[in-house]
Amino acid sequence: MPKPKGQARLAVDIGGTFTDVALEMGARTLSAKVLTTPRQPQDGVLEGIAKVMAEAAIAPGEVGLIIHGTTLATNALIERKGARTALIVTEGHRDSLEMAYENRFAQYDIAIDRPDPLVPRYLRWPVSERLNAAGETLLALDEVSVKTLIPLVREHGIESIAIGLIHSYAKPAHEQRVAAILADALPDVSLTLSSEVCPEIREYERLSTACANAYVRPLMASYLTGLEAALRAGGFTCPFLLMTSGGGLTGFETAVRFPIRLVESGPAGGAILASRIAEECGLDRVLSFDMGGTTAKICLIDDAKPLSSRSFEVARVYRFLKGSGLPIRIPAIEMVEIGAGGGSIAWVDSLKRINAGPESAGSEPGPACYGRGGRDSTVTDADLVLGRLDPDSFAGGSFTLAPAPAAEAIERVLAPLELNGPAAAFAIAEVVDENMANAARVHAIEWGKEIAGRTLIAFGGAAPLHAARLGEKLGLDRILIPSGAGVGSAIGFLRAPIAYEVVRSRYERLSDFDPEAANAVLGDMHEEALAVVQPAAPGQDLTETRSAYMRYLGQGHEINVAVPVRPLSAADAAILKTSFDKAYTALYSRTIPDLDIEILSWTLSIQTQVPAPEALAESPADIAAPQAAARRAVFDPGQAKELDTPIHRRADLQPGVKIPGPALIAEDQTTTVVSPSFEASVNALGYIVLERRNIHD
Amino acid sequence: MTETSALEQVRRQIMWNRLLSVVEEQAQVLIRTAFSTSVREAGDLSAGVFDLQGRMLAQAVTGTPGHVNAMAASVGFFLDRFPAASMAEGDVYITNDPWLGTGHTHDFTVVTPAFLKGRVVALFASTSHVVDVGGRGFSADARQVYEEGIRLPIMVLAKAGVMNESLLEIVRANVREPVQVEGDLYSLAVCNETGCRRLIEMMGEFKLETLDDLAESIIETSRQAMLDEIRALPFGVYENAMRIDGFEKPIDLVASMTIGESGIDVDFTGTSPTSAYGINVPLTYTQAYASFGVRCVIGGAVPNNAGSLAPVRVSAPKGSILNAPEPCAVTARHVVGQMLPDVVLGCLYQAKPEAVPAEGTSCLWIAALLGGHGVADDNEGGGEGLEAPPFTISMFHNGGTGGRPGQDGLNATAFPSGVRNTPVEINETITPLIIWHKEYREDSGGAGEHRGGAGQVMEIAHAQGAPFAVSALFDRIDHPPRGRGGGAAGASGRLSLGSGAELSGKGRQTIPAGDRLILEMPGGGGLGEPRKRAKNSIAKDVRDGFVSPQAAARDYGE
Repeated sequence: MPKPKGQARLAVDIGGTFTDVALEMGARTLSAKVLTTPRQPQDGVLEGIAKVMAEAAIAPGEVGLIIHGTTLATNALIERKGARTALIVTEGHRDSLEMAYENRFAQYDIAIDRPDPLVPRYLRWPVSERLNAAGETLLALDEVSVKTLIPLVREHGIESIAIGLIHSYAKPAHEQRVAAILADALPDVSLTLSSEVCPEIREYERLSTACANAYVRPLMASYLTGLEAALRAGGFTCPFLLMTSGGGLTGFETAVRFPIRLVESGPAGGAILASRIAEECGLDRVLSFDMGGTTAKICLIDDAKPLSSRSFEVARVYRFLKGSGLPIRIPAIEMVEIGAGGGSIAWVDSLKRINAGPESAGSEPGPACYGRGGRDSTVTDADLVLGRLDPDSFAGGSFTLAPAPAAEAIERVLAPLELNGPAAAFAIAEVVDENMANAARVHAIEWGKEIAGRTLIAFGGAAPLHAARLGEKLGLDRILIPSGAGVGSAIGFLRAPIAYEVVRSRYERLSDFDPEAANAVLGDMHEEALAVVQPAAPGQDLTETRSAYMRYLGQGHEINVAVPVRPLSAADAAILKTSFDKAYTALYSRTIPDLDIEILSWTLSIQTQVPAPEALAESPADIAAPQAAARRAVFDPGQAKELDTPIHRRADLQPGVKIPGPALIAEDQTTTVVSPSFEASVNALGYIVLERRNIHD
Repeated sequence: MTETSALEQVRRQIMWNRLLSVVEEQAQVLIRTAFSTSVREAGDLSAGVFDLQGRMLAQAVTGTPGHVNAMAASVGFFLDRFPAASMAEGDVYITNDPWLGTGHTHDFTVVTPAFLKGRVVALFASTSHVVDVGGRGFSADARQVYEEGIRLPIMVLAKAGVMNESLLEIVRANVREPVQVEGDLYSLAVCNETGCRRLIEMMGEFKLETLDDLAESIIETSRQAMLDEIRALPFGVYENAMRIDGFEKPIDLVASMTIGESGIDVDFTGTSPTSAYGINVPLTYTQAYASFGVRCVIGGAVPNNAGSLAPVRVSAPKGSILNAPEPCAVTARHVVGQMLPDVVLGCLYQAKPEAVPAEGTSCLWIAALLGGHGVADDNEGGGEGLEAPPFTISMFHNGGTGGRPGQDGLNATAFPSGVRNTPVEINETITPLIIWHKEYREDSGGAGEHRGGAGQVMEIAHAQGAPFAVSALFDRIDHPPRGRGGGAAGASGRLSLGSGAELSGKGRQTIPAGDRLILEMPGGGGLGEPRKRAKNSIAKDVRDGFVSPQAAARDYGE
């Protein structure tokens, strides 16, 4: 679809607190931030769209594409506000959904509970059937055992059913037959087949994914249908695409069928934005840093591609700790999320150590400095007391911050340490920055990557306030703060390709490689992906990638190995082995020479090509810095003292200008701290670039 | 407080946080590069940094309590053998001696000194469980440690950056998986090296010449926090005894806990003598699991280091199964060691009843199954075993944990171990087994105000109907987990055939052609009087099938 020049594109991201809207018209991007309306989310969406359309003064007919991402599915899972769901299982396997990994995610805390399963035991119903790992029938499906469930569905008022039978990834026939019988008798009950939503080996993860999909599906279907109707009624006739957790866009039909793929689309949008910036600015190694009100998300981006994975957890119940959530196996952008945001609450533990987060003050009553009666001392309070924020122009001046309650709250919480004033605020900021730096280091090492030498790309309301210190702690020399940093995810949506990834588990050993079987599976997968992408991207050029998940015989985890996009032959076993050895060595520094290799799953992805950005223009030679708009004492963590600091308005800064730290660069939705170890400039795209100064100390 | 000292205090805390992150990175390198599945899947590893006196300053939070202070004690033995002053940059030391390391030959501990400007400033240590050490393999079958594979005293693994090739050659020649084991030894060395590099970077950033001041502050703060919690307990002597199945005969685990001004002393005098099989426990491992039991109730939020470990002292008489001397066989030390938290918690229950759970299954139920030629006994298997493909697998599964203050026990969950299970679909893919049944076991959780966690039932058959064998190492079959505070015991474990015959909890036995193995795992003990249980909790248990209507009537009067 060749896009008509100048045609506007609209992106909407519903987050926990704010709904962000970005409208792109050629080189110009307008944005709006409105409060999320949890009861009727589409109200906030329509309000934000109206706001930005009015500002742009264009008609709905001039919008060529609407892209939407939302946290609604995630919230439904966290708050347990989804449909009344039942799960149909193979007889004898009623409990894998609840047994999970049979482990405890925190060693020393005997009071931990795993999250309750989305479907309680009395709504997990067995049917008589059994397949083996090759998909062969050990026990035929007893249709009577299915039919006896029909009255139970009615009796318990079930709205949505997940069907998850053992080894269904190998042969979906039994799940399909169960679905056909139920659909016949219960036309208004939503059905999710584990072999469709997640055709992968490992029953717990597959069933968890199927149940999560079933759980959010009625809600998401009605929301998306309603929103689409409202947009049509409002005069928008353009295509409507949804952002997925994998960083690609998908069409309405797929979104309604597999709404679980829409969870965490906001953070994915942020990572896509950072990837695009990396490409624009020619940065091959990037650390993306997205810090909002509740959490910080950190993502590694190499060669303008974020790390990807096939699994993540939603709804973690215990301090964002790994293992305390529900596993979901869908294509996802790999990132680490920690409870560190502007609203994170500071506290002191029994060892008199200062902690920040993961509890967050939210927006009502919010941090002490909001002056709405909140008594919690938060990271935002610390930023205010440190002098980083102008009390009169927070969030575009929509409300005034109150320094006195902030200072009091901080002093109260840090009383056991006898800390007060800026030193106390410094302690809180320093702890949160240290936590983020440590999370980034550990995340990188988990993936066999180095932090050193990366460029930090910072966005989200709180990130530019903390990026310089984070950069100092991680030893990074360059930090980039894009324009529109406050609505980064929505802008990221506009940079995403239309894409769909499918996966199938088909076990084989490489020593016994059967190319025909592999070609048959990959052929089916190609058709499935094409059927999703083509209607959403008529006439566009498509690219396809394939990979295999392989491991040494008997190992616990597979690694992803690229597979050539063409029919495979027997000779490809050697190519797969070479690729596996290479990928394995990259991760683990060596191979195991004589051990057989097994393939567990194949993935295939089809996506539209996103045109490469234009080369970054040279910034004009040094332009004199404008007069500072104001000056203020700002506490610098690196030197651990207050420094007299000039404050500039971002809008006043032209490309080519150079501003040595200490300085603050203020804009409506955030403020960039330029610490004394950095010098700020603005590049040709209008992004703030902080470069490390050579200072001899 | 002056501003300078306040800022100094903040700086010290940041350095402490950084040190914890350094050892976390060290551990992540080990997890990522290890070959051993128990390291990668179950976190059966340990990583930490020590000062030159051998005091642990920080330890990564990893999956198993078995190494907690076993590795910490081990570093002291390394320093005895190789004093810090004798170490040079690029040196690396190693052992897998059960009594100098972490309690069995499968665990290798590696120590690496960190150098700043030519001076040794700290030691990094790491431990991991390797896939094989030769000998009789991972079983309780050995009668002496000499049958338990290769055993290295504390030795040089690398001298000034050059690996000790002779040592590696000897190791390779003595194990069944030489490539993987060598890989694991490299992985230990590499993770320590990462720790050293990060520490030196940190010392540069914070302009430190030594760790002395930081070490003092970490150790003193942690020691004080532990003592504060201990001193809030009623001082006294608290005794407890627990009987478990053992291998050839039942074992009594007897503890006396003294809580006083200077800390907690746990002594295991009165405990049964050593076993003739490989379930004996070296003292460091006893200390690890006993301390872990204390830390579940006291000081759980205090990081592990020399300061937090010091106030809890554990002793056991030499020759008892909890202080087994050479040459006792020790490979399966976990079978007894994992029971120790229950014993210690029984003492603590008398001092702080509101914080202590009831007894649980505690010992992992590891279904070690094998098949193929020669595995099944001839008289039972006939000729069919000959054609069946060979396989071996260890599936890690669990019964219930004990009822907890304010909460039910956890159903089918590992405690105190941190191990994860493997999926049915994976097990069926890599073996010729069919797991027909894997569900919670009804009426297995001990009745109580807070019910014991339910066990589970597994029913396993050979896909081709061939005979196969189980190498049993299961406990809590004759001695179920007991309740506390009026709570009832959990259900006993049981091992049987589908055709009805009972099997023994210990030793290798055959599942005849066409038959099924049935594992019924224990339930946790109940906590508190059953009659105090909330009505809606009882109704929910009946609704969900954890408790039958008959048992609800019998145990709860519902």
